[in-house]
Amino acid sequence: MAAILDNPDLRFAFWALVKCVVILTAMLGVVSYLIYVERKVAGHMQARTGPNRVGPLGLLQPVADILKLFFKEEFIPDAANKIIFHLAPVLAVIPALVSFSVVPVGPNFTVTDINVGLLLFLAMSSLGVYAITLGGWSSNNKYALLGGLRSSAQMISYELALGLSTVGVLLIAGSLSLVDIVRAQEHVWFAVYQPVAFVIFMIAAFAETNRAPFDLPEAEAELVAGFHTEYSSMKWGMFFLGEFMNVITISSIAITLFLGGWNGPWLPDSLKFLWFFLKLGVLLFFFIWVRWTYPRLRYDQLMNLGWKVLLPVALANILVTGTVIHWLGNR
Amino acid sequence: MREYIPVLLFLLVAFGFAAGTIALSSIIVPLRRNAVKNSAYECGVVPMGDARQRVAIKFYLVAVLFILFDIEAVFLYPWAVAFRQLGLYGLVEMALFIVVLFIGYVYLLKKRALEWE
Amino acid sequence: MIAPALFAVFAAIAVVSALSVILQRNPVTSALFLVVTFCSLAGIYLVLHAEFIGMVQVIVYAGAIMVLFLFVIMYLNLGRDIETGLQIALRRGVGWLMGFALLAAGVALFRHPWAAGPPAPPGPPVGNTQAIGLLLYSRYLFPFEVTSMLLLVAMVGVVVIARGRRAPGPAADLPPGAATGAEPRGDA
Repeated sequence: MAAILDNPDLRFAFWALVKCVVILTAMLGVVSYLIYVERKVAGHMQARTGPNRVGPLGLLQPVADILKLFFKEEFIPDAANKIIFHLAPVLAVIPALVSFSVVPVGPNFTVTDINVGLLLFLAMSSLGVYAITLGGWSSNNKYALLGGLRSSAQMISYELALGLSTVGVLLIAGSLSLVDIVRAQEHVWFAVYQPVAFVIFMIAAFAETNRAPFDLPEAEAELVAGFHTEYSSMKWGMFFLGEFMNVITISSIAITLFLGGWNGPWLPDSLKFLWFFLKLGVLLFFFIWVRWTYPRLRYDQLMNLGWKVLLPVALANILVTGTVIHWLGNR
Repeated sequence: MREYIPVLLFLLVAFGFAAGTIALSSIIVPLRRNAVKNSAYECGVVPMGDARQRVAIKFYLVAVLFILFDIEAVFLYPWAVAFRQLGLYGLVEMALFIVVLFIGYVYLLKKRALEWE
Repeated sequence: MIAPALFAVFAAIAVVSALSVILQRNPVTSALFLVVTFCSLAGIYLVLHAEFIGMVQVIVYAGAIMVLFLFVIMYLNLGRDIETGLQIALRRGVGWLMGFALLAAGVALFRHPWAAGPPAPPGPPVGNTQAIGLLLYSRYLFPFEVTSMLLLVAMVGVVVIARGRRAPGPAADLPPGAATGAEPRGDA
């Protein structure tokens, strides 16, 4: 028994499991209140007050929403492919949480540091397409099908820009490990060296998470609710949760790659994670701000932006960055 | 190898959480099914025909082009990581690679393969 | 101790899901099992310390190629096309033939006593992505540059196929939309 407890591998796995449960719980809490904050901010941007009935300042609104979702009647269309219909919302949650396993939150709070951390993130975001495509197709509903189709084409188009924009960072950092990338930004954030890549990454991040102004898969004015038209109850809740978890994960990756990760002045190493959370808060607010500022793109504008602007600019950025690094190295 | 154990654990926990929550909720919630309620939603009208119809070939084109450029991106990662050791040699060969693909990209533009009307 | 166990688990998932690919009647379910197969292959690569290949397996195969497969299956809707008895019989025949050829190849391979190579040196503590980069862009430079040509050809090919057969001449230069009305409708 003692031998099992002393086994370093098992202890490592045990602590990883603990961290995983902590992160999942924290994510659920953050997502619940992110939705509340989004509604509040949206309200104030439109000269309303937002939710204010449930509890003081409406602070218990998320609790009420979750309970409502949990007990709400469920619809399953007769024409749906049942197994895939049930599977799609589960798939919506997995990629975001798995990518978060490699995000370095602080010098002492990194779940795991793998040599190909960035590739794991890209792999997971490429799997993110499945939840929406399968959800839209399996419902056997015209709106859902169109929403799923649009969104899969959108996500794969912007995934290219997302992947290519990270190459500039890799050229400077020389490593795919996210911890190494954060340590390389101890003095200067990569957003300073790679402003173009940062902008491309953020635009692609909005498109990957299907957030406004790229929320065409939902487009309530024309597609009812897009790919989740036929979903209700907790299955719909999982799509919603997955979307917000994706926003949190992709913001964390943006901070890691471009905004210095946990790096910041004054605080000792053990408290550096506070910088990470501060930056995360700012980026999440930015996501909400943009949503209530810009109108939705038309589909041809969306595809043109992805294929005719972001893709060539990202490629040019890689060549320019490589040339500059080489030139500076030889002087 | 050991560093990947947490990734696997995250995968299992995420799956367990999502599947568990959905299963629990579907046990609790009322299910009062009837034929009209379970028909596809078409703004209150009786659904017409099959929802699954053939779509524009554009979408397949996008998917194929995505694969091609994705493979290009995959070649860029090991190059970027080894860039400092490769030096000018590496820069020139990658520039060649990108230029060849850029010719293809210009062809796509010329053939209006990237137009959405 | 844990690595062989994980290898066995991933291998078992890979075999079971690969079998499910051919045993499922619904093509979408088949495609999803193929995604599972690719992901467990990625797991096997990770167990064998091939991190880069493992991730690329997920990015390219599970995340890109299978998306195209699903697009074709879901939105082309070929499932309900009527097939004649002759087509089905022909496909069955070819299937059995290929199956036996594969079986024969397998038996031949396993009967041959393969010498085990020297054990691979333990992987370097730093990532092997860099090692791959250094090899690929020096010793294997030529295949790498040829790849770009291959991708170029594929790009041209897909455009030609997507535009379909058109009458040669100025018709191809008409603005889009002008040509679509005149095109013969498929039998869909």
